[in-house]
Amino acid sequence: MSENVLHLENVTMQFGGVVAVYDVSMDVNQSEIVALIGPNGAGKTTVFNVITGVYAPTNGRVSLRGKVIAEDHPRGKMRRLYAAGHQYEYVRSVGFTPDRITKMGMARTFQNIRLFKSMTVFENVLVAKHMNMRAGFFSSVLHLNGREEARMREETLELLSVVGLYEVRDEIATSLPYGQQRRLEIARALSTKPSMLLLDEPAAGMNPQETEDLCAFIREIKEQFNLTVLLIEHDMNLVMDISDRIYVLNFGKRIAEGTPAEIQNNPDVITAYLGVAEE
Amino acid sequence: MNSAILKPRKRIDRSTMITIGIIIAIYMLAFGLEQVIPASSMIFTVLKKGATYALVAVSMNLLNGFTGLFSLGQAGFMLIGAYTYAIFTVPVANRLSVYRYYDGGVIQFTLPLLLAIVLAGVVAAFFAFLIGLPVLRLKSDYLAIATLGFAEIIRAIFQWDKLGVVTNGSNLLREFPNFNSFNVKDANGNVTLYLSTLIPFLIAGVCILLIVMIINSSYGRAFKAIRDDEVAAEAMGINLARHKMIAFCASSFFAGIGGAMLAMYQNSVQAKSFTTAMTYEILLIVVIGGIGSVTGSCLSSFLFVACSEWWLRFLDQQQTINGWQVPLLRSGFRLVVFSLIIMAVVLFFRQGIMGSRELSDLFKNRWNKPSRKGGVKP
Amino acid sequence: MFSTVLPYLLSGVSVGGQYALIAIGYTMVYGILRLINFAHGDVFMVAGILMVYISASGVPLYISIPLVLALTAAIGFAIERVAYKPLRSAPRMSIMISAIGVSYTLQNLVLYITGGLNQFYPSIPFISDTVTIGGASTRMVTIVTPILTLVLVVALVMLINHTKIGMAMRAVSKDFETSRLMGIKINSVISVTFVIGSFLAGVGSILYFTNYSTVIQTSGSMPGLKAFVAAVFGGIGSVPGAVVGAFIIGICENLLKGLDTILIKAGIITKTFGFTTFSDAFTFALLIIILIVKPTGLFGEKQIDKV
Repeated sequence: MSENVLHLENVTMQFGGVVAVYDVSMDVNQSEIVALIGPNGAGKTTVFNVITGVYAPTNGRVSLRGKVIAEDHPRGKMRRLYAAGHQYEYVRSVGFTPDRITKMGMARTFQNIRLFKSMTVFENVLVAKHMNMRAGFFSSVLHLNGREEARMREETLELLSVVGLYEVRDEIATSLPYGQQRRLEIARALSTKPSMLLLDEPAAGMNPQETEDLCAFIREIKEQFNLTVLLIEHDMNLVMDISDRIYVLNFGKRIAEGTPAEIQNNPDVITAYLGVAEE
Repeated sequence: MNSAILKPRKRIDRSTMITIGIIIAIYMLAFGLEQVIPASSMIFTVLKKGATYALVAVSMNLLNGFTGLFSLGQAGFMLIGAYTYAIFTVPVANRLSVYRYYDGGVIQFTLPLLLAIVLAGVVAAFFAFLIGLPVLRLKSDYLAIATLGFAEIIRAIFQWDKLGVVTNGSNLLREFPNFNSFNVKDANGNVTLYLSTLIPFLIAGVCILLIVMIINSSYGRAFKAIRDDEVAAEAMGINLARHKMIAFCASSFFAGIGGAMLAMYQNSVQAKSFTTAMTYEILLIVVIGGIGSVTGSCLSSFLFVACSEWWLRFLDQQQTINGWQVPLLRSGFRLVVFSLIIMAVVLFFRQGIMGSRELSDLFKNRWNKPSRKGGVKP
Repeated sequence: MFSTVLPYLLSGVSVGGQYALIAIGYTMVYGILRLINFAHGDVFMVAGILMVYISASGVPLYISIPLVLALTAAIGFAIERVAYKPLRSAPRMSIMISAIGVSYTLQNLVLYITGGLNQFYPSIPFISDTVTIGGASTRMVTIVTPILTLVLVVALVMLINHTKIGMAMRAVSKDFETSRLMGIKINSVISVTFVIGSFLAGVGSILYFTNYSTVIQTSGSMPGLKAFVAAVFGGIGSVPGAVVGAFIIGICENLLKGLDTILIKAGIITKTFGFTTFSDAFTFALLIIILIVKPTGLFGEKQIDKV
């Protein structure tokens, strides 16, 4: 039984009157690849945003390796409007900022690619190393940390060659073809030296060949960097191929959990995706 | 892969050398000109004021252009810097006459010049820290208005009667050392070596060099990341609050020193003159030069000052050609033409003079770089 | 005591209404374009200058007033077309810089035309007449302003809520892109917004300069800024909010101006504290407090950005 890395407990995210995520509980264990799937609008990216600290949950708790990184309960106006369960179970208010969560070893990519538009491929990956830099502001500005800076640059070049972007390292990030931009986003996340990686629709917009390459790529980096992976994905081939376990969301609720084989035969999942036949 | 290929180039490349060469030449020119041309020439006004505005423009560019924080509080920090410098350098003997209504004021000592200039920056940065705490988490448009508001509040505070023992209230602060104080004089009081233009160049130069070093450091990259995409920057481990505060304080530090330089240039300091219009002018200078280009800000500062103080002056004078009075030319026309040029740049040349390129980029020889796409793998 | 406070209260209500008329322009433009129209205060000032020059050329009031209003609306329309429309797809900072540029240009144009000398606003009969209320002597304008402001605001709110163009305006301020996709003529909606805002600023300028009677190129800066603060205070994007905010600011600022006198009269202090210096700064302090405590303003709505 491998160690638990990420633990979600009754996480609810409500915007005004709309419940986007409804009492979702999930676990991801060390060295697993777990997929989060569901029809569009099911709340998957919202779950990611709660996990990474972009949103504070309306209710529930998120812990990373046992340490609580987000916990909250309905307050103010939301106390009246709250529509999900477990309302009085969480009393604290904890909210780690995204940068702190990344420093704890959890990095993410975005559904709509968010590269640094004015910077080159090299710089995009290099800037992710800033958070681990030991030098302070003044030593960095006065370039007193030459050795550390050189090391950061070397690591960046190594990482770029591992992901196959070394040749294009001086191109402006957004001038790359789409597939390479996606890989750059992953490389940038890897540059923060994470132990857990969250990928939001990494295969979006890819053709079957590219998706296969991506599948191999994810397996490779998982092995090489000893990662735990949680991914959101619509491409069922990729999901079934690569995942150890799958969670299925629909309308914000978790409707199924299991191995790829179990999920493929789960009637609720089939209904959610394909609908029910008219009688 | 062979690790030799992965080691980045270490030598200073050609374009940087050319840039450094040009800069040294400019300094020598500024110094040399002052020894040969009479001191009252317009060119020195342009050089001194240009250097001052260049520093302030680059400091604003650091904040607005490189970090993406749209702040309109520059004039307020310049004001703080100018006053700090002046307050601590008015010679004790003159204080009674300067602080006429406040019995000589409460501060009865002076600080060495250089220390006063640095202090100007430090005090400005301190105020930036206090202001930044509540203000930096606001969205861009609100940040603009909040910083503008703080600048106005600062202006009111410095004019307040009750603080007059320190600030001289709404009266001028004067008789403190200015750029001319640096001139080397002989026993009769005649100037033997003119330094009054080189000094502002040196002060501005050192400060701008420091700003460039900030931009090229890891922190500079972090600032650019924040500008490009705040959410992604945060996800990559960059603490937004801390980094925005650093950028804000650094920018204000240099704006404070710019304010001290302005005090030295104008020979007097009065809170009333540090209006939001001054901030707007700096902003327009930055835009014309190119948001995100230090070289651009420097260039356009000198252009701006040259046009407003010197070149376009003729537009303000009534001209008669062969007895026919040229229409439109009279006092104030210069500023109108100016404004229209600025609007044209804002609307049609949004990149400004330099875009986001620097001086050294102009000399980068593109054909010498190894081909990046295809080609033989080393 | 009341008679000491009353004159300040009255001028506060009067200037509050004038700020309100300007603030509406800011809040509507921001609601639709997310743009702080830095030039709006200067449009207000230009309206004042226009009145000075048109009246001076002998045109009777019943022509000059509508003419000034029409011209001001036209200027607002023209500014939008020339300086903002081309930058609609540019990053937000560019369009704000353009607004600052327009403000700079307008001020310099007026400086050039007037030579920097104070221009004297023509005296408009009826509203310039002196009137006594509760023992305080003031002008008719002080009574006319709040009434006229309320009438115009009610008319505007009815337009927004009950007409087709009003619905279009509401749709555009909720979701720009979708409105365009739904076939709403964005350019018309935006132009109408600017026209209405500038028209109201024109009305405000007639009332304001009747009270303050001198116009120079910087006359629009402070009222403009304060009106903007009022709009933010009341909840940017909300017309009633802007009006409420403006009245509150107008009253507080004037009370502050008179606070020294009032406190001395009430025996609370013996020497002047110098509050007057801060009457302008007060408005900004209020702005900063509201931005920190409740950035959406009194009547504003919270917006969640999708990541």
